[in-house]
Amino acid sequence: MTPDLECVDLVKRFDDTAAVNNVSFSVPPGSFFSILGPSGCGKTTIMRMIAGFLDPTSGDIRIKGGSVLDTPPNKRPVNMVFQHLALFPMMTIAENIGYGLRRRGMAKGEIGRKVDEALDRIGLPGIGARKVDELSGGQKQRVAIARCMVLEPDVLLLDEPLGALDLKLREHMKVELKALQAAFDTTFVYITHDQSEALVMSDQIAVMNAGQFEQVGTGQDLYYRPDTPFVAGFIGESNRWKGRIERAEGGNLQLRTDSGLAIRATGMGLSEGARAEIFVRPESIRLAASADALAEFDNQLTGTVTSLLFNGAASRVLVRDTAGETLEVTLPQSGEFASLKRGDAIHIGWGAGQASCFEAS
Amino acid sequence: MIPTIPQSRSFRLVYGGYVALFFLYLALPLTVVAVFAFNDSQFPSLPWEGFTWNWFFGEERPQIGVFHERGILRSVGTSAFVALCVAVLSVSVGTTNAFLFNRYEFRGKGFLYVLMLLPLVIPGIVLGISILVFSSTLANGLWDLAQMDVQALRPGLLLVILGQFSFITTIATLVISARLQKFDRTLEEAALNLGADRLTAVRTITLPFLAPAMIGAVVVAFLMSFENFNTTLMLVGSDAPLTIAMFDRLKEGSTPLLNAVSLLLMLGSSLLALLVILFQRRG
Amino acid sequence: MRNQSRITFYLLLTPLVLWLGLLIIIPHIDMLLISLRERISFGVYETSLSQYEKALTEPLYLRTFWRTAVMSVLATVITLLIAFPVAYYIAKMAKGRLQQVLFLLCLIPFYVSELVRTFGWMILLRETGLISSLLQWVGLADQPVELLYTDATMMVGLVYTSMLFMVVPLVTTLESLDDSVIEAGYDLGGSGFSVLREIIIPHAMPGIVSGCIVVFMLSLGNYLTPTMLGGKDSLWFTEMIYNQFIVRSNWELGAAFGFMLLVLSSVIVWGMLRLTGRTLKETMG
Repeated sequence: MTPDLECVDLVKRFDDTAAVNNVSFSVPPGSFFSILGPSGCGKTTIMRMIAGFLDPTSGDIRIKGGSVLDTPPNKRPVNMVFQHLALFPMMTIAENIGYGLRRRGMAKGEIGRKVDEALDRIGLPGIGARKVDELSGGQKQRVAIARCMVLEPDVLLLDEPLGALDLKLREHMKVELKALQAAFDTTFVYITHDQSEALVMSDQIAVMNAGQFEQVGTGQDLYYRPDTPFVAGFIGESNRWKGRIERAEGGNLQLRTDSGLAIRATGMGLSEGARAEIFVRPESIRLAASADALAEFDNQLTGTVTSLLFNGAASRVLVRDTAGETLEVTLPQSGEFASLKRGDAIHIGWGAGQASCFEAS
Repeated sequence: MIPTIPQSRSFRLVYGGYVALFFLYLALPLTVVAVFAFNDSQFPSLPWEGFTWNWFFGEERPQIGVFHERGILRSVGTSAFVALCVAVLSVSVGTTNAFLFNRYEFRGKGFLYVLMLLPLVIPGIVLGISILVFSSTLANGLWDLAQMDVQALRPGLLLVILGQFSFITTIATLVISARLQKFDRTLEEAALNLGADRLTAVRTITLPFLAPAMIGAVVVAFLMSFENFNTTLMLVGSDAPLTIAMFDRLKEGSTPLLNAVSLLLMLGSSLLALLVILFQRRG
Repeated sequence: MRNQSRITFYLLLTPLVLWLGLLIIIPHIDMLLISLRERISFGVYETSLSQYEKALTEPLYLRTFWRTAVMSVLATVITLLIAFPVAYYIAKMAKGRLQQVLFLLCLIPFYVSELVRTFGWMILLRETGLISSLLQWVGLADQPVELLYTDATMMVGLVYTSMLFMVVPLVTTLESLDDSVIEAGYDLGGSGFSVLREIIIPHAMPGIVSGCIVVFMLSLGNYLTPTMLGGKDSLWFTEMIYNQFIVRSNWELGAAFGFMLLVLSSVIVWGMLRLTGRTLKETMG
């Protein structure tokens, strides 16, 4: 099947710096594709090139198989939900949603019908006559999407549209956006710096850094099987060490950290003597009252609790190990450790499979 | 039609050309005035008779320069005096107005605010004649009542100052109000909290914050007064400010002397404007 | 209000009331009263509408009145048409340094007295002026051409004089239009023309209205430009006010003229505000 959107060797230079450096990807029809990266990584540049507001220095952009490089933005079969939505303040909601249809010369009655249909679709029937500033943040969001969706674009671009909302609404809109995407059955390309938005909504996520894609995959791929140290560090949280590889057998590694800790880990393409970075997520570390309970784990440490960071389901314990380093460990909410307090001795352990290892840069 | 929307080359060229032409239109009259201040001829027009400084420094007829022309020098002095009075008066009243509208809620506030804006939409000549009419009514009334002839109420500098003040105050009020609106009132509360009384808080915290706007308003008021023609025309007595003096000469026929005066005016006001910009950048 | 606050309030209110009362309101009422009286003999007056009757029946007065109104509207429209593309260029096309420089360049001519600006146009356009010489030199004319003293010349001067007051409010409102709103217009399929008509101009409306009001007022109340650049036939209403007051000393008729000008400008300003549903406070303040 032809992908809805395909970027081939896309490059964009501003003067000497490459904002986008040789990026290629394709987005299959009907999927939710996110580009996730820190601010300044070039994700907005890619988005603006797809929409037609920037010309790529080289490379090609294809929509449904055809190159759109020579198509001006008002003729491209893509529409965009802008970061601050860019709803037209001088028009009513209905006029906003009908704007693109009027540009196509659609008959008035038809436009009215389509607008009502779109308002139903986003669950806001009957608000067509209102002004933009009479709506709440979440309602504006949905109107901005409806304004694009009535045009039935091949691809809908979304430029961090949830950034301006407060936390609670953002959580809610994540679910809603995913549902809207399924309802419209349209390809969404979503850019964000918020990993939770990307993980929750996307079918595929591209992690972008310094103008290049580090890894493209599902949320699970990125979380459990990061390809690069950047991805391992960027997605989720991690305890990190730097060290040297003492023994390497296939993917199984034995390392010693600079602080003197011996760690078993997994990682491909590393040889003995190489410098490496190790990442272990707080949630992959098991707490135990006695060493026996951790017998199955490749890595076992003892330490003392230095602090309890209570944050509901995301509560953590800070544990100082024998080498004097502090590790973050997720505190299970099963009640088992409810009486844990500062200064308690504790055992921790994790499997080699949970410790990802990369060559240090 | 913003740089991120692709436009054809020819469209961009035509647009750029139009804007360039516009600036040519803006610059042309002023450039011409400036250049002919140096023409060694009795007329500020072609043919070009050669370069001379005489219209600035010349001491004898027929080319008496600006700096030796008594009438012009006196009118510059008159203008400066008037402008200074107008600037000080209008900025003082503008400041009290700004505080009044910013700090107090009272009945009829909206009405007073609209009334305050009115001088901007009254033609300058009408402002001039209304004040002329009223002051002469006053003067006549005083004469009938007490046989007193109050010269100050007849056309002259006081009326010119009042006439200009009557509409420049609106502008000063708007400039200062705009800045006062940006003032964070908790700063004043902090000063009160630290032991200042209300007046001291305003004097040590609010007024320094307003200073850039007030100085800007002084300069704008000074320039507007210096340049004013319409209102002044109706109220002027025997001491003519510069614009009126120049107008009278222009009616008789112009010499490059007027160009020289104009050039000095341009330089003077640009310098003032530049000073304000520099001052505000530093502030 | 506490006592001290009350005293401060009245202290602040006094200058405002004195200023508006003594210099604006009472003088205008006095002017109205004077325009409503008729001189019977020396020192003897009678209340009557005869001044207005004279103003409205004498063809010269009436023609000048309407001519001034129509020409001022025309000058406003021309100024808007010329200024809009320039303001748009400054606000949206030029970036960074260039934008600041262009904006300052727009302001500079207006730090200079209107008299100097008019004088500049006289040097350029008179019979012995620069343009005339240029035309002869190029060969488009074989003798000096008088370009002064026509309605067109006067229009050039009027438009020039009030340009700033159109450009500045336009630049300010256009700058406040977010680029992404324009981009959204294109993204949804709009063309340059439809984006201009449906997005840019509606957004710029407050600036257009306040620019037009100020330019109209300035043209209507202008005295110098019509006097110096206009011809014998292009009499301006302000010139008639001046003549009645200073030359003929007929203050009653002059005051009536002044009042007519005031009413005309108020009606047009009010009409413009009504048409666009805005208030004077929003537009000028």
